[in-house]
Amino acid sequence: MIEVKNLVKRYGNHNAVDHLSFTVEDGQIFGFLGPNGAGKSTTMNIMTGYLAATEGDVVIEGHDILDEPEAAKQCIGYLPELPPLYPDMTVLEYLRFVAELKRLPKADRENQIGQAVALTHLEEMSNRLIRNLSKGYRQRVGLAQAILGFPKIIILDEPTVGLDPKQVVEIRDLIRHLAQDHTVLISSHILSEIRAVCDHVLIIRKGRFVACDAPEHLEEELSSNDRVELLVRGSRETVEKVLLSAEGVVNHTFIESTDDTVRLEVSTDGDRRDSLFYAFADARCPLLEIRPKMASLEDVFLDLTDEDDAVAAQAAALLGCGSAPEDAPAADAGQPGAPDEDSAPADAGDAASAAPEKEEENDESNL
Amino acid sequence: MKAIYKREFASYFNSMIGWLFIAVLTVFIGIYFMAYNLFGGKPYFSSALSNTLFIFMVLIPILTMRSMAEERHAKTDQLLLTSPASIPAVILGKYFALLSVFAIPVLISCLCPLIIKLNGTAFLKADYATILAFFLLGAVEIAVGLLISTLTESQIIAAVGTFCILLVLYLWDGLVGYLPTTATGSMVGLFVVLALVCFLLNTLSDNWKVTGVTAMVGTAVITGFYLRDSSKFESLLPNALGKFSLLNAFDSFASDHVFDLSGMLLYLSLIALLLFLTGQVLQKRRWN
Repeated sequence: MIEVKNLVKRYGNHNAVDHLSFTVEDGQIFGFLGPNGAGKSTTMNIMTGYLAATEGDVVIEGHDILDEPEAAKQCIGYLPELPPLYPDMTVLEYLRFVAELKRLPKADRENQIGQAVALTHLEEMSNRLIRNLSKGYRQRVGLAQAILGFPKIIILDEPTVGLDPKQVVEIRDLIRHLAQDHTVLISSHILSEIRAVCDHVLIIRKGRFVACDAPEHLEEELSSNDRVELLVRGSRETVEKVLLSAEGVVNHTFIESTDDTVRLEVSTDGDRRDSLFYAFADARCPLLEIRPKMASLEDVFLDLTDEDDAVAAQAAALLGCGSAPEDAPAADAGQPGAPDEDSAPADAGDAASAAPEKEEENDESNL
Repeated sequence: MKAIYKREFASYFNSMIGWLFIAVLTVFIGIYFMAYNLFGGKPYFSSALSNTLFIFMVLIPILTMRSMAEERHAKTDQLLLTSPASIPAVILGKYFALLSVFAIPVLISCLCPLIIKLNGTAFLKADYATILAFFLLGAVEIAVGLLISTLTESQIIAAVGTFCILLVLYLWDGLVGYLPTTATGSMVGLFVVLALVCFLLNTLSDNWKVTGVTAMVGTAVITGFYLRDSSKFESLLPNALGKFSLLNAFDSFASDHVFDLSGMLLYLSLIALLLFLTGQVLQKRRWN
């Protein structure tokens, strides 16, 4: 179990991590999601004891990382953003070094190294110099290093960066395999990645807590019931007539129409699916399909981490009830300007650069 | 610590640096041994050794420049500092690996007094004591190199920085000779030293209260003693700083052939201080 309480990391006047709190339960695959520069790596570096926090505590399996660093670090396997490899060693030499560094019992070392090598499919490379390995293989050596000795908690910072699609699938399988008896924490700015493996997602934005829940719950909560898509048998005119008589309809737009069916989107004030159903039934106009517009995790993510504070606050407010998004959204929504006054003009300036960034995220998530 | 030591020691021989260091130092010791002892006919190997010292200025920065700087540059320090190894273990592992590389040419040079003995009179005790002092002096300089290498990410800056500090250490006696010997001069000098200490304290601890208290107490002590008896201040600063001369201690082994215990203690305490500072620098980086 990992408990992170009120974590702050300050660089000068800038808070890289801003009062972040969360708990990772045993056996979870915990995803850490945020755009580039949101503070994911900083948080992970603090959790593993590489950096010290300005404020706040990290407790790993009951050991505070500052008070009992050795006991806490003994429970963690960490793959940083850049795999920490020594290019002048062979893969096996390197893993032997790490095994000794992690104080694995001598008799068990070769066996453990064999397992780590097998899980990361490095058998054929084990006698090669790390210098001569490709990026994908280096990433795997880094991964082998992190899982070596099978510590209770495995922290992986963007583990699939630079891998080809086949390797990505292999690594995901490996993560699922590890999760059977380990707690795995992975960070990514790639959604499909998190969605594919994680059973819990923490979204952070500008170092602040935004949301923390199962990915399906996040989608559910953000998908509003006040927009439904309808497929109706009938003509446009009849549909419009019915909509006029139905209660609570605010707006509607036609998407497409064929000879005898019409597809349209209807905005209502609140959940009006019942009244829509009866209205169309009374008009003897069959409803073929009625579908609430679901927000995908991608929409959730893009909204929650939008560069524009207002959009992000709105998205966070939708989540309001579910996971109690603590101080961050409250501060954003409640008193706009107060804590973020200084960052607002900067955001406006960044608006132009935000758009291409989003496109990039989309591309990657389609991998 | 053992794991780090073993890896570090092997890495010096995986790259050219270890071999180069050993070869060059051995060759230089050999050249001076040949010139002074074999052809010059001097019975003391120590006179050859004291002439070899200057080569440390070039070789030690090259040996130590990558030890920490490269780890930081390649981000492999993340592995070391997130592993269960403690910071002192990391530093000691690295330091002992450096010492072991340095010990190889020193052990080779242990043959030289025996060669002298084969050809006539040798002063084995004096020579081996000098070899010990030679090793310890090198160990101090390696600790300087390790500290500088920890301060930076660039190997070049580490090497140049270490070179400069070693140069100052070699010129120490000469530089101390230029200091004023009057009482007022010493007092001013002490204030400069105090200011330097406070500056160092402030950058290391980031705690202006501690710095302020140190500055105030220091000022009070210096002024108090000066007002009471200013004659004691004559030559105080040059004498005090002269005590820290590394070469002086070595010379009493090499030229005077006495076992200088206080010099030995100076070396050992400097090593401890430098390693402690290295640890502090590593610790502090985590907080920035």
